[in-house]
Amino acid sequence: MDYAAVVAVEICYAVAVLVLISAGLAVIFGMMRVINLAHGEFLTLGGYAAIMSHQAGVNIYLSMLLVAPIVVAIFGILVERLIIRWLYGRLINTMLATWGLSLAMMGGMSMIFGNTTTGIATPIAGFAYGRYQLSGYNLFVIAMACAISIGLYLVLKFTRAGLIARGAMQNTEMTSAFGYSPSRVYLVTFTAGAALAGLAGGVMAPLVGLNPASGANYIAKAFITVIAGGASVVSGALASAGIFGVISQSVTLLSTPAVGEIALLVVAIILLRLLPTGITGKFFKGGV
Amino acid sequence: MIAREILPSIIIGLILMFILPMMLDSYTLTVLTAYAMLALSLGFIWGFAGILCFGQAAFFGLGAYSYAIAAINFGTPWGPFFIAILVPALFAAAFGAVLFYGRLSDVYLAVVTLVMTLILFKFMNSSAGEAYKIGNARLGGYNGIPGFETLTLPWDSTEYMYDETLFYFAFGLLVLVYILLRVCLRRPFGRILVGMRENEQRAELMGYDIRLLKTIAFSMGAGIAGLAGCLFANWAEIVTPALFSLGQSAEIIIWVIVGGAGTLMGPIIGAAVLGFTKFLLGQQSMIDNTLVLGVILILAVLLLPRGIFPSLVQLWNWLTGKLPSASGDRRRRTNKRRNGSDNGSGNA
Repeated sequence: MDYAAVVAVEICYAVAVLVLISAGLAVIFGMMRVINLAHGEFLTLGGYAAIMSHQAGVNIYLSMLLVAPIVVAIFGILVERLIIRWLYGRLINTMLATWGLSLAMMGGMSMIFGNTTTGIATPIAGFAYGRYQLSGYNLFVIAMACAISIGLYLVLKFTRAGLIARGAMQNTEMTSAFGYSPSRVYLVTFTAGAALAGLAGGVMAPLVGLNPASGANYIAKAFITVIAGGASVVSGALASAGIFGVISQSVTLLSTPAVGEIALLVVAIILLRLLPTGITGKFFKGGV
Repeated sequence: MIAREILPSIIIGLILMFILPMMLDSYTLTVLTAYAMLALSLGFIWGFAGILCFGQAAFFGLGAYSYAIAAINFGTPWGPFFIAILVPALFAAAFGAVLFYGRLSDVYLAVVTLVMTLILFKFMNSSAGEAYKIGNARLGGYNGIPGFETLTLPWDSTEYMYDETLFYFAFGLLVLVYILLRVCLRRPFGRILVGMRENEQRAELMGYDIRLLKTIAFSMGAGIAGLAGCLFANWAEIVTPALFSLGQSAEIIIWVIVGGAGTLMGPIIGAAVLGFTKFLLGQQSMIDNTLVLGVILILAVLLLPRGIFPSLVQLWNWLTGKLPSASGDRRRRTNKRRNGSDNGSGNA
């Protein structure tokens, strides 16, 4: 019984991590049809922002939940104005340019922070559950993932900003005819996506040893989760994170983490082959 | 007609083959040639068949690993040489058939090919230990496979090819593959591929099976990438999982886009120039290598979306007065067609 509960938490945690790391990418892809391949580096940047500000004396929760998103959002604004906005509507070119950005950021960060691994301790202690030890921070990550999904859903569905963003996604010309500048909508959406990436990077920072190349660990999983999810931002990301998280974590528990990751990737290929427009291209059509 | 087109390539190729070793050491040149071959493989499937494969490194790595594993098991180098081409080509044919018959395209294709590369990378990285053996060859996990038999002269199996000999061999193969691809693009098969790239639906309505065509082109590209991998394995004398890495895949795409997708010469030039830049950058420690590559890719996408080589050709044509104006793509095309010398958008 205890073991079942522990396994359930582990699986929820795997799903939560996927939701967390892909939320920012899902917003940018779902709303703007832009794939930000530098997403992994955005997460890493958020992680560095959290760690650096914490080491400078800021409260750990403040640095994770506030400093990291703000730093990455500011960086996102720069990137959108300098690179992305010249390439709207050219999916492959944005992918290539952001891949370049990813490499440049990786190189830049290793020049600034050095090729070493840094980290901070998790702020929440573990606790015993029956005969097993559970990590309290994992529960925090699960809670954060829930909060982000619910928050995103509410913003997109029930606020004016969300309405405009969805409108711009469906029909750019109509939106601009109504007096909303698409360029500004895109800027805000991209910044929001970057802020989410920063937040995720901050929350993940205590869990991983951070080095300039750690973005590569995130990007593939985030990318696959978003593409397999399809066009709907929240439901798509949740559905595919659910499938991938459960499968990879179950396989991991049965064998090794490496095999678990390979299982995730194999399932991704099969899923995309069967549902080429993603899960929400076939089911829950038109959802948020 | 074809002979007249190919003769200059052969002559220029031969001249370069003898001039280059005087300017650079043949050790660097050999690896640049392998890179150029790899770039050529992606340049063919992306630039002419319109298949953007984010995982060309997978076939490169597969070629290298197939060669190493076969060479250890057989103890002779020439069988493995062909195996290194065949294994990636067959793998790509099977994998490509699954994808193209499922009508995956652009982003989804890019994701799936990227994922495939990641799977191979993860698998090879975690394949340390006795359990992972193919015949006598241990996969060796992160450390890769060292110490396999390298290529010997075809007529003398005691004389290994290394340094200059290996460069001449690699460069000769590069010229050969280039010429074969050019001939192929002149034949109906190549023409249909380009037509398919321009308008898939139209090609299909004319009765061509684009799924089959794409699969064949994909498999050809993989075979060439495998050959590049084999050359690389012979140069490095070790194969490691880094061959499958994301960074390697990114680099191939950068070579092609900087050199010029849609041409065969562009990717070769891109690979040679950027590969050499990387060597030079590797000798200093002030600026990070990856940073420079990334910035080059961003600038190339933003400023030179057609690549160096096509831009140079356009400039040259404009300077020599072949064209009424450097701008106006449409006018240029009609002009060329009138002269009866239309090469498509560039079979250079």
